[in-house]
Amino acid sequence: MLELRGIRKSYGEVSVLDDINLDLAAGAALALTGESGSGKSTLLHLIAALDSADAGEIRISGRDVHTLDEPGRADLRRTQLSLVFQQFNLIPTIRVAENIAFQARLAGRHDAAWDAEIARRLGIGDLLARYPEEISGGQAQRVAIARALAARPPLLLADEPTGNLDEATGDAVLALMLELVRETQTALLFVTHSPRLAAMIGPRRHLTAGRLDRTA
Amino acid sequence: MLWLVLRTLIGHWRRRPFQAISLLIGLAVATALFAGVQALNAEARASYDRAESLLGADLFDEITARGGRPIALDDYIALRRAGWRVSPVIEGTILVDGRAVTLIGIDPLTLPPAAVGAGLVQGADGLTSFLAPPWQLFASPATVAALAEANLPPLTVAEAMPANTLLADIAYAADRLARADEITRLVVAPTQKPDLPAIDAVTDGRLVLTPPTGQSDLGSLTDSFHLNLTAFGLLSFVVGLFIVNATVGLAFEQRRPLLRTLRALGVSERRLSAALLIELLLLATLGGVIGIVLGYVMAAALLPDVAASLGGLYGAPVPGTLSLSPLWWLGGLAISLAGALLAAASSFWKARQLSILAPVGATAWLGAEARRLALQRWLGAAALVVGLVLWRTNPGLVGGFVLLAGVLIGAALLLPSLLSFVLARLASRQSDPVRAWFWADTRAQLGGLSLALMALFLALSVNIGVGTMVDGFRKTFLGWLDQRLAAELYVGGTDEAEAEEITAWLTAREDVSAVLPIWNIDLRHEGFPLEVFGIADHPTYRENWPVLGALSTPWDRLFSGEATLLSEQFARRFDLVPGEIITIQAPDGDWALEIAGIYADYGNTEGQMLVALPALLDRWPEVEKTRFAVRTIPDRAEVIAAELTDALSLGDRQVVDQTALKALSRRIFETTFAVTVALNALTLAVAGLALFTSLLALSAERLPQLAPAWAMGLPRRLLGRWELQRTLALALFTALAAIPLGQLTAWILTAVINVEAFGWRLPLYAFPLDWARLSLLALVAAALASALPAWRLMRLPPARLLRLFSDDR
Repeated sequence: MLELRGIRKSYGEVSVLDDINLDLAAGAALALTGESGSGKSTLLHLIAALDSADAGEIRISGRDVHTLDEPGRADLRRTQLSLVFQQFNLIPTIRVAENIAFQARLAGRHDAAWDAEIARRLGIGDLLARYPEEISGGQAQRVAIARALAARPPLLLADEPTGNLDEATGDAVLALMLELVRETQTALLFVTHSPRLAAMIGPRRHLTAGRLDRTA
Repeated sequence: MLWLVLRTLIGHWRRRPFQAISLLIGLAVATALFAGVQALNAEARASYDRAESLLGADLFDEITARGGRPIALDDYIALRRAGWRVSPVIEGTILVDGRAVTLIGIDPLTLPPAAVGAGLVQGADGLTSFLAPPWQLFASPATVAALAEANLPPLTVAEAMPANTLLADIAYAADRLARADEITRLVVAPTQKPDLPAIDAVTDGRLVLTPPTGQSDLGSLTDSFHLNLTAFGLLSFVVGLFIVNATVGLAFEQRRPLLRTLRALGVSERRLSAALLIELLLLATLGGVIGIVLGYVMAAALLPDVAASLGGLYGAPVPGTLSLSPLWWLGGLAISLAGALLAAASSFWKARQLSILAPVGATAWLGAEARRLALQRWLGAAALVVGLVLWRTNPGLVGGFVLLAGVLIGAALLLPSLLSFVLARLASRQSDPVRAWFWADTRAQLGGLSLALMALFLALSVNIGVGTMVDGFRKTFLGWLDQRLAAELYVGGTDEAEAEEITAWLTAREDVSAVLPIWNIDLRHEGFPLEVFGIADHPTYRENWPVLGALSTPWDRLFSGEATLLSEQFARRFDLVPGEIITIQAPDGDWALEIAGIYADYGNTEGQMLVALPALLDRWPEVEKTRFAVRTIPDRAEVIAAELTDALSLGDRQVVDQTALKALSRRIFETTFAVTVALNALTLAVAGLALFTSLLALSAERLPQLAPAWAMGLPRRLLGRWELQRTLALALFTALAAIPLGQLTAWILTAVINVEAFGWRLPLYAFPLDWARLSLLALVAAALASALPAWRLMRLPPARLLRLFSDDR
């Protein structure tokens, strides 16, 4: 599903990622841990085609990200992967239900029954008519996860998605996320600096100063 | 997918209705003022064209008599006998129910069929009713409506007729105008027999042939007036676009995270740009439609004043009601769309350059703000230099407007830097940290408010400039009127016999000290209309006439018959100065006169010169001798007027006293500037609106900035009051900066544009009371504009501020 070979990235003189190699199969989940500034988010941005690597190869569902032009990259983000950010990044101008359906509509895979099922499972079924500014931070994060899963992406990239939530809510959200990705055979790359959350996910890789070590 | 993205973008305006209203107001105002002015110009120009095409003046040669005289019937007959295919026209003014109407008499049988007038008559029920009593007259719908009750032959509506004009058979016109043996001009048919004798040979050089001009005479004469209106329309358009630019820019900044999210979710840059463009075009269409309707209403409201000004100044027949073609409506919409695209161009460019990953840090924003100010400073300086250079290299009317535009735009671009400098100095001089924060925070608001402040700055400057020009003109004009209208009474006979009767009656009275002829002949000097007045040697002229510059003893020179005095605009047009010789065309050959002096002749669009009366009579013995100025004891003027009218059964308009004439002149003056003053006031209102909408749009952005201050113990009421004071301070600094720019604008208007447009230069005055009044107005506008946002802040629930403070989104 996801293959990374020899990825390097620097900002000026500062090397952020150095010779990153990684494989993730369909339906598999992997925790990516590391200290602040270790390059976790940069790696995620490269995989999501939001940024370009200086060297190396990134393949998603067999497509080489490096060879794609801007519309191709947009198409990749639309159809092959979903992102969940720490800052939720919900669309403030549309209601919760429309936020959930948004990426699925973009990808041409919208299924209203599936949206309702995800919303119910994530406990946000009664918030569908509200606007993002009318719900709490925990609820907003669950809406962001619902949006990502509603599109049925082959790959889900999550960047500290529970970072803004308290421990109990964060654990509950992650458990639901894992349950859903298992059911939908979605590959999950979960970035966190929390060893406890990483342990919940299972397989784990650790980034230290831009290099990847196998830790569990 | 495009629709989904578009719907998401449009949701922004639903959440921020004030911002949407602000954008629509900006678009509507920009379109309304520009389209309204275009409507006024289009209506007037269409009317000039109708007047020209009625007799085919735009297509055919014309023959007129030299020296501005009518064509004698004998000359016309001689031409016809020589084989010339010419059609006679008689034109004059008649009074119908107290209303002056132009009466044009034609011979439909000989007028070339391509002339609109010929087509009208041929296309009517039949020639018989037009050619014979009880006659048939053609007029525009508005004129027919206005004269419905008048004692006239049957009126027929014709759309092609110019306003306030009647078309009749030449026999009826000759009778009604009492000109049986006089023809105003001859229209020359396009096809003529070969080997015709020259006109000069047939008429002994008494007639002259003029080819058709590309532009109508009225069109050329009124160009300055229309350019003036267009300049105001453009200024208001620019101010309206400032609002659009400010609102679209703010919406872009607010939606930056949304645009990044959309890109991250897989919306391509191209698709996002397309959605933004469609959104803008939808809004621009809506704003444009509202603007066109407003523009129509505005133009309809101002047209009567414009028509009165054009009629009073140039004798141009302009109807008092609007009738616009669909092209005007489409043009207005196109202006709205083009303006919106122009105003939104920078935001579009930023949207295309948007990096999905770039953080929106405060430091980055501050850096961008500093770069923007530096760029504006350069652009401002460049606008000033370009305006100055283009004016120096092309010092005409357009060059004058380019200079004005360069100075105004340049100064407006420099304003934010000036305010930033002043506020930084104020902040650094405060020892109290809260006060320092107040000024620093005021400075921080400049980014969001600078466009609205620039609009206010422009509107205030132009108001000061135009106000100074109009008030200065009024002051000069009134003083000039006192000099020019020195005689106590002005009388006119309907013919020379009655005039002689009037003169005899007046000279027999002991309380009348002088009866001074006002006799003139109308000429053209190098194509420019020129009135030559013959005046009698009397102290009235020596003591009162408003001479601007002269040789020594100008009046002695003039009354010797060898010299002349010229009006200022005539002298400027032909670059003549005292001491030079001017040669004009008299019936018996060229007449060379020394220029003894130049005098002010404000409001006259034609050239004028004074010569000694005997010298005029020598050359034009047939000059119409019907009008006189009467000198008397001022207290007796009213009694004499009443007794004269009574004794000789004169009409109301035949005896006019000086006071009535001055009042009439003042009324014409005020009407002429009514449109300018109205557009001026509208521009200021639009600037106030720009400030209001910007403040309202920014008020939501302000809350996260004010929440920490509230959390640190500053009460909401105090924060609200400070918001008000901030806006007042910014408005005050802007108004202060507008005073010197306004005075500079007044100088450009009086010393450059007026001279080019009208031919006279006015002295430059300063009106400090007006400055104070406008500054106060700016403060009131600012207070009104910031009242609602400040009130909302004062009443904001603490829970909302708490949420803003704790929320790091």
